[in-house]
Amino acid sequence: MRLFLHQLKAEQTLFWRSRELAFFTFLLPILFFLLLGSAYGDDEINGVDGYQFLLAGMIGYGAASTTFAGLALLLVIRRESGVLKRLRATPLPPSTYVGAVLGSIIFIFLLEAAILIALGRLAYDVPIADSLASLILVLLLGAASFAALGIGLTALIKSAEGSSAVVNALYLPLSFISGAFFSQDTFPDLLQKLAALLPLSHLIALTRDVMVYDERIWEHLDDVAVIAVWGLVGLAGAVRGFRWEPREG
Amino acid sequence: MNAIEVRGLRKSYGAFEAVRGIDFELGAGEVFGLLGPNGAGKTTTVEILVGYRRRDAGEVRVLGKDPERADRAWRSRIGIVPQTGELFPNLSVIEHLELFAGYYDNPRPPSEVLAVVGLEEKARARTRMLSGGQKRRLDLGVALVGDPELLFLDEPTTGFDPGARRAAWETIRSLRSFGKTILLTTHYIEEAHQLADRVAVLTRGEIVASGTPAELIAQAPSTVIRYRRNGEQVVLETEEPVRVLHELTAEALRDGLELQGLEVHRPTLEEVYLSLTEEAAE
Repeated sequence: MRLFLHQLKAEQTLFWRSRELAFFTFLLPILFFLLLGSAYGDDEINGVDGYQFLLAGMIGYGAASTTFAGLALLLVIRRESGVLKRLRATPLPPSTYVGAVLGSIIFIFLLEAAILIALGRLAYDVPIADSLASLILVLLLGAASFAALGIGLTALIKSAEGSSAVVNALYLPLSFISGAFFSQDTFPDLLQKLAALLPLSHLIALTRDVMVYDERIWEHLDDVAVIAVWGLVGLAGAVRGFRWEPREG
Repeated sequence: MNAIEVRGLRKSYGAFEAVRGIDFELGAGEVFGLLGPNGAGKTTTVEILVGYRRRDAGEVRVLGKDPERADRAWRSRIGIVPQTGELFPNLSVIEHLELFAGYYDNPRPPSEVLAVVGLEEKARARTRMLSGGQKRRLDLGVALVGDPELLFLDEPTTGFDPGARRAAWETIRSLRSFGKTILLTTHYIEEAHQLADRVAVLTRGEIVASGTPAELIAQAPSTVIRYRRNGEQVVLETEEPVRVLHELTAEALRDGLELQGLEVHRPTLEEVYLSLTEEAAE
């Protein structure tokens, strides 16, 4: 436990000091919320207030950008720079290390979600979910699933130079077709069908159900199942493909 | 008990045999130099000894344990300065030492390690602002902060200028006075000579010679004669320097030539090393 907290503290320092990572993964969803909100926040979308609709999308986008994209980038950069290999040679248990990295990035996502929700509440009168327990469960489910996918993704990335290109090429279109930024209603049928297979659209739908329609997480076990299955796919990839050594050798 | 025992160690990458059946051992408190050109198998050997890689064959004992079954207690007794690899660019020197100290049950105080590696003035500097030599000293500091008994230094001074190299040698010598056992790899013959009690010359995955630096020199021919002819360096090794020199100078006098840069001397460790690694290459 002492080691876990020691590493968790270091992970927080490392995250906030790497400005680019903190900006793109943490701050960008908040900026997009303000930006898109100013464009259509006061309109009505799919029968609900624009800000309400957008907030759920931005929380989903935040999960993808911190726990998926941010985590994958951070791990690939550390792997390729050789620092993971060096940590492996110390008495720090690998499970404690991975646990602290996950704990840190999930904390960052929860902080981001809290800021988004507080901003929505204070600036735009977006009500907070009726069931806070359901909301927290949804956020944790999304964070866990995307973190597993993020670690699994590191197995597919060969170099630090190419990592941000690969990661952006995946999570930005994913966020777009999953309806994080705009309603999917105007999207072509094929895109909607594709989005229905991916975890983010289900996470956003679940967040919307809990935050906008005041429903409970267990009323939507189909969404939960899709997100969980994707998380298990990521976990399998992580267990099989995660490496401590740079790929050069 | 020896700190390291290696018997018949083998490792291949596909069809390439990186290490082809080597044996050596290291007594506690000894400084051992694994000397060889690039690609000789030095780093592969070190990576097997520290548990990064699995061997194909052979027996390996490091601090009494098989590195493939390394546990937390064993890892806390070794320190590694890898040949390549960065640290965290956004952490300062002292933050690195504090971070790594936290992984060990009985670390050395980070401020003390800072002094050992001579980075007191850079304590608060972020790692990305350090020079290459300063980064290398931080590598050593990170390896020392757990107060290990056994230290692996994989080419610790490659890329240093001569002044920085001598300073690093001083630091490494001070470690031996703390009773550390050190396995050092290097392709600098002078480094092995300066630091190691015993040296093994590794070429193409095989140990072609081993012993103290003095023993290695004793294996070589007794005298080396060098001169230049038409701008080309000529090196003769001989057990009969008087006869060879006489013939050489007589011939030069007869032809009215000067033997430019003529030298007669005992072979240096470098010449022994070059002749050993060239023989293996032939």
